Amino acid sequence: MALLSKKDTNLILDPLADNNPITIQVLGICSALAITAELQASVVMAISVLFVLGVGNVVISLLRNIIPTKIRIIVQLIVVATLVIIVDQVLKAFAYELSKTLSVFVGLIITNCIIMGRFEAFALGNGPWKAFLDGIGNALGYGIILIVVGFFRELLGSGTLFGFKVFGDPVAKTGLYATGYENNGFMIIPPAALIVVGIIIWVQRSRNRALIEEN
Amino acid sequence: MAFNKENNSYTIAFAAIMVIIVGSVLAYLASALSGKIAENERFEKQQNILYAMGVNENEGGGSVNFVPTDRVEAEFSKYITEQLVINGDQITQNDEAYLIDLKKQIASIKKGETAELPVFIGEKGGNKYYIIPMYGKGLWDAIWGFIALNENMVVQGVYFDHKSETPGLGANIKQRYFLDDFIGESILSNNQLKGIAVAKGNNDPENNIKDDNEVDALAGATITGNGVSAMIRESVNLYKDYLETIRVN
Repeated sequence: MALLSKKDTNLILDPLADNNPITIQVLGICSALAITAELQASVVMAISVLFVLGVGNVVISLLRNIIPTKIRIIVQLIVVATLVIIVDQVLKAFAYELSKTLSVFVGLIITNCIIMGRFEAFALGNGPWKAFLDGIGNALGYGIILIVVGFFRELLGSGTLFGFKVFGDPVAKTGLYATGYENNGFMIIPPAALIVVGIIIWVQRSRNRALIEEN
Repeated sequence: MAFNKENNSYTIAFAAIMVIIVGSVLAYLASALSGKIAENERFEKQQNILYAMGVNENEGGGSVNFVPTDRVEAEFSKYITEQLVINGDQITQNDEAYLIDLKKQIASIKKGETAELPVFIGEKGGNKYYIIPMYGKGLWDAIWGFIALNENMVVQGVYFDHKSETPGLGANIKQRYFLDDFIGESILSNNQLKGIAVAKGNNDPENNIKDDNEVDALAGATITGNGVSAMIRESVNLYKDYLETIRVN
């Protein structure tokens, strides 16, 4: 028997494209705008959300039959916040440098609406294994968009990737800059992310017309 | 199901148990790890102070590389020859001055109380470095750092750090290309202690003019940059009397 049934595979693959949390569900836009000026920050955020959403979905799914309906949102919030604080404290003690890079993201992870959205929409009604796959799938779908946006914004805005100068040195005018090329400063500021995300949505919907809403 | 999930007393009991479990897990974790975390923070302060006076492992123009944590205590006692605490007119030696929290001292000055301001004196290659701590506000939260000066009030090095500035924008105040711009800038203007401003459009992107009290700003990080300017100005002001005593021209 295969490790993943057809249904399970879809739990992971759907959020990557046709049910992507950012481009289709339009969740998690705020962090997609805020932290994608550099590729490295995008990757760090993608990995953090992968962890929190994977584990959080399992915890909520295990508790789903005993959580009182009236306070379920508060319980979800506590689970996310606790997970994030535990990771933050452990990293501070054993991987201090890494924790300094991540500390900025802590608030952004706790308030990321994808996490609450998946807890509410999926983990509360499904078993732990399915919830885990759903969490991983959605986090990957979120991460892919973040990395694509981060790639274009860093490349066009700063002429670098992971801090490595791809186009040459803009101050010393070497490489591509010698031909008169200039970095597009607009790509560094958050509205540029909205435009890149918009283009991704456009491309995605023209390739798959079923995604276009009827008015 | 054996119990009623909608029952009020069940809801309250669930909430109470959850708070107790989560609270004890976090409290246990915090107390178990506090020693290790405090040690990491101490090393970090020593690394930052040493970085400002140019004791670091930087190679070329790339990234910020501190003295590694296993050597930092030895290097700190080797290069930092004096640690002073300024309390009004009194200056005393204190080997744990680097542990003073500047945030609390600034708060007590604002309340009109006396404060203990730390200064670190370093020596490297026959030159003296006067390193003062800084603390201020960025866009989202606190920013802080250290600035190393010589007797002529010329910056020998700086280090900035932040709690939660935007990654890729304001967070870049701790990148080499920003920190290095400060080296060689004078904090004097018309023979008065002034500071250094982070300026947009100062027509000096390569930072060749060292006496204009300005360095080039970071694109997309105006408010963080203004915070850095204000932080340097306020720190210089805070230490004005002391800096006047060590100034030679």
